Amino acid sequence: MTTIKEKALIFELSKPGRVACSLPACDVPRRDPADLVPSAMLREAPAALPEVYEVDVVRHYTELSRRNFGVDNGFYPLGSCTMKYNPKINEDTARFAGFAKIHPYQPEDSIQGALALMHTLQSDLAALTGMDQVTLQPAAGAHGEWTGLMMIRAYHEARGEKRTKVIVPDSSHGTNPASATLAGLETVTIASNAEGMVDLDALRAAVGADTAALMLTNPSTLGLFERQIVEIAAIVHEAGGLLYYDGANSNAIMGIARPGDMGFDVVHLNLHKTMSTPHGGGGPGAGPVGVKRLLIPYLPKPVVGRREDGTYFFDYDRPSSIGRVKAFYGNFGILVRAYTYIRSYGPEGLRAVSENAVLNANYMMHRLAPHFELPYPGVCKHEFVMSGRGLKAYGVRTLDVAKRLLDFGYHPPTIYFPLNVEECIMIEPTETESKETMDGFIDTMIRIAEEARTNPELVLNAPYDTVVRRMDETQAARKPVLNCACS
Amino acid sequence: MTYTHRYLPLTEQDREEMLETIGVASVEDLFSDIPQQVRYQGTLPLSGPLDEMSLLTHMRELADRNADTDRYVSFLGAGIYDHHVPVVINHMISRSEFYTAYTPYQPEISQGELQAIFEFQSYICELTGMAVANASMYDGATALAEAGSLAAGATKRRQLVVSRAVHPESREMLRTMARGADLEIVEIGYADGATDLDRLRDAVSPGTAAVLLQSPNFFGCVEDLAQAAHIAHGAGALLVASANPLSLGLLEAPGKLGADIVVGDAQPLGISASLGGPTCGFFAVAEPLMRRMPGRIVGQTKDIDGKRGFVLTLQAREQHIRREKATSNICSNQALLALSASIYLSVMGKTGFRETADLNLQKAHYAAGRLTEAEGWELAFSAPFFNEFVLRLPDGTTAQELNGKLLAEGFLGGYDLGGAYPELAGHMLVAVTEKRTKEQIDRFAQRLEACTR
Repeated sequence: MTTIKEKALIFELSKPGRVACSLPACDVPRRDPADLVPSAMLREAPAALPEVYEVDVVRHYTELSRRNFGVDNGFYPLGSCTMKYNPKINEDTARFAGFAKIHPYQPEDSIQGALALMHTLQSDLAALTGMDQVTLQPAAGAHGEWTGLMMIRAYHEARGEKRTKVIVPDSSHGTNPASATLAGLETVTIASNAEGMVDLDALRAAVGADTAALMLTNPSTLGLFERQIVEIAAIVHEAGGLLYYDGANSNAIMGIARPGDMGFDVVHLNLHKTMSTPHGGGGPGAGPVGVKRLLIPYLPKPVVGRREDGTYFFDYDRPSSIGRVKAFYGNFGILVRAYTYIRSYGPEGLRAVSENAVLNANYMMHRLAPHFELPYPGVCKHEFVMSGRGLKAYGVRTLDVAKRLLDFGYHPPTIYFPLNVEECIMIEPTETESKETMDGFIDTMIRIAEEARTNPELVLNAPYDTVVRRMDETQAARKPVLNCACS
Repeated sequence: MTYTHRYLPLTEQDREEMLETIGVASVEDLFSDIPQQVRYQGTLPLSGPLDEMSLLTHMRELADRNADTDRYVSFLGAGIYDHHVPVVINHMISRSEFYTAYTPYQPEISQGELQAIFEFQSYICELTGMAVANASMYDGATALAEAGSLAAGATKRRQLVVSRAVHPESREMLRTMARGADLEIVEIGYADGATDLDRLRDAVSPGTAAVLLQSPNFFGCVEDLAQAAHIAHGAGALLVASANPLSLGLLEAPGKLGADIVVGDAQPLGISASLGGPTCGFFAVAEPLMRRMPGRIVGQTKDIDGKRGFVLTLQAREQHIRREKATSNICSNQALLALSASIYLSVMGKTGFRETADLNLQKAHYAAGRLTEAEGWELAFSAPFFNEFVLRLPDGTTAQELNGKLLAEGFLGGYDLGGAYPELAGHMLVAVTEKRTKEQIDRFAQRLEACTR
């Protein structure tokens, strides 16, 4: 990797006269565009796109790909992100013409296969989460959160109640409070107790006639199962509020426990985490939302329905719906991948997925425990947090450990999240990593901790073997250069 | 007895060694923290597992029950278009260094994705004529809604004026957003296919945060953005323009015509239709609005050795820092599809992009002429259009009935406008891309006519 030099922008490869496209000749009588559209509306000069040929394009993007790190490149224990293997068959099926080349407004009888797939996925996800109905529309987890909160708000309003407060623990994902704001609700943050769990007294003090909902991840972002979930649900429900389940951490509990049975009323799932669809470098994902019976009337429209004769249809007849949350029907291409994944495992397989994810996390936690501080010892679920604060005495911080990992070919864990653990390191191995891979990573972590003690400069200046080294992020934010200003 | 699966690596021996390290007797002990009363007993009611061959067969059976555009000739648009996707795109986005990566949080090992997004932002700025663009949004509809929300925040006003010629689903999405954010939506009508600017002038007021238009609009007609900008700015409001990016190969950049925010959906740029998703929204603003933008933004900087590189920047706007005070709750983009769009634009290049837009314009106008040759067939509007137009069907004909017959003949007919626009019952929105040949258009015209005879 060290031999790769500063990479040119595609615009910098341009040479006037080159073409990479192959267009059909115009086979209809051609007219001057100015005769068809008023010239004031026409572009004065063509957009300054690069002029390159096909080999330039292929080499440029191939080289960019070599400067990127994905799950296929190596271990990616990024906590709360569930960077599991993305099965290749999912990519193949999603590209079948019958899925990739169909239009959202085709007659329903010409997309019965797609509708059958969506209908089955709706009911599979409902079964998995213990919910009564599912919408596949939201495009991502945060989008699902907002959708769920909008339904909760509509539910309270329909009952003539003005409930505006959403309670979140201090360990929650940042999207939770941000989604609440977008849904027109206010956030109340409550502190966790010493065990990293929801503090029941703090919760009792926070709930009231204005409580719309509690948003909770379970297992939490600390990788801990909320043991008192039944009591938590009772406190919120008795106050008239509903429970929202942030499904980012569902990989721990498939077939083992269901949010619906814990008392949750709304759940979102991140198909790009639990259901193995690729993260794509930041998207596209999908964030379906499941609800209990009481919220079904408020689901976004349409949902996919099944008639008695076995045919499928888009059900738009939903007068209490919160409306549409996305154009068309959600990220269908992602739904095809998730469906393929579920069918590759079946119910017993999905349970094995969660068991292995939890076994891997506990194994890593126990092997790393003598070398890093564990704020919450005991069993973890699919992920765990450690603190790197023991290295601060040597001037080494968690960020430096993360950067040093890059030299050994690993993607670092999530760092500095959750916010309530000092110098936090959050590790999620997932079920698709072998003991050998985890052992290699653990040994490297131990080695880096040793380097920090004996030769801190080595860690502080890392990484060395990457195409660029530590970036000046302050300059990037102070004097933003956000495009190449090519024209 | 151990469960085996091709994606799972642990052997019985691994398992025993790991349990011993942990100091528990069984995997079950690792779930002792879950109260018995919420433990799921039994087996989930899902279909059983399929081996790889059976799974492929099953998926192919489902796929084959759908009428795809490899087998059917499509004149359907209305937001999702049947364009040619250059072959290299799928090869490049199938590089798993791209598609199996997370959001580029570690810039040292994510320069490929970061540079690709930087180039995407550059492309969007160039097409739209705007100063800055973000890393992409979920889709065009959510981008439009976020633009409305941004405008309300920037102007401290609560009313959004939106044209009825904006995509009906985008307007639905806007209404859902407005309910959450407590904003007022005012819709104004159209005249002869384009937004009625007289009514727009009457509708804007000192309470108006933004005027939201789409150009080419839902009917395919090109809007007079310069006039609309004049009206919006006269009331102290912003102009939000949603654009079909391919049309910008020929049409003037909205930024040059006075738009303050330009959004749209990049689906026409090499992204498959996929029943409408995933696509890729884009979002570009004038400079003063830069720090109010939602979503991820990539900036150029240098590393400690002085080498050029790219990072996620302006993160002080975002949810993981600002929580409830963030400009948006978005923490992802559509990176892989933004990459598709970038590769598309790289392949098309300066001349090819313009030529493709021109082919769309030419073929759509040929089709508009051809489809109105027979008695009783007319264009509904006379406003200028790009690659889509509204066809008034002969009296007594419904688009739904016609589309059923066309399907049997191997065509996906146009969009039935009667649902979203009751006043346009008996009208069909027809899209014609560079993929349609003269022969297909002629045959479509014949079949249409024959089906109504």
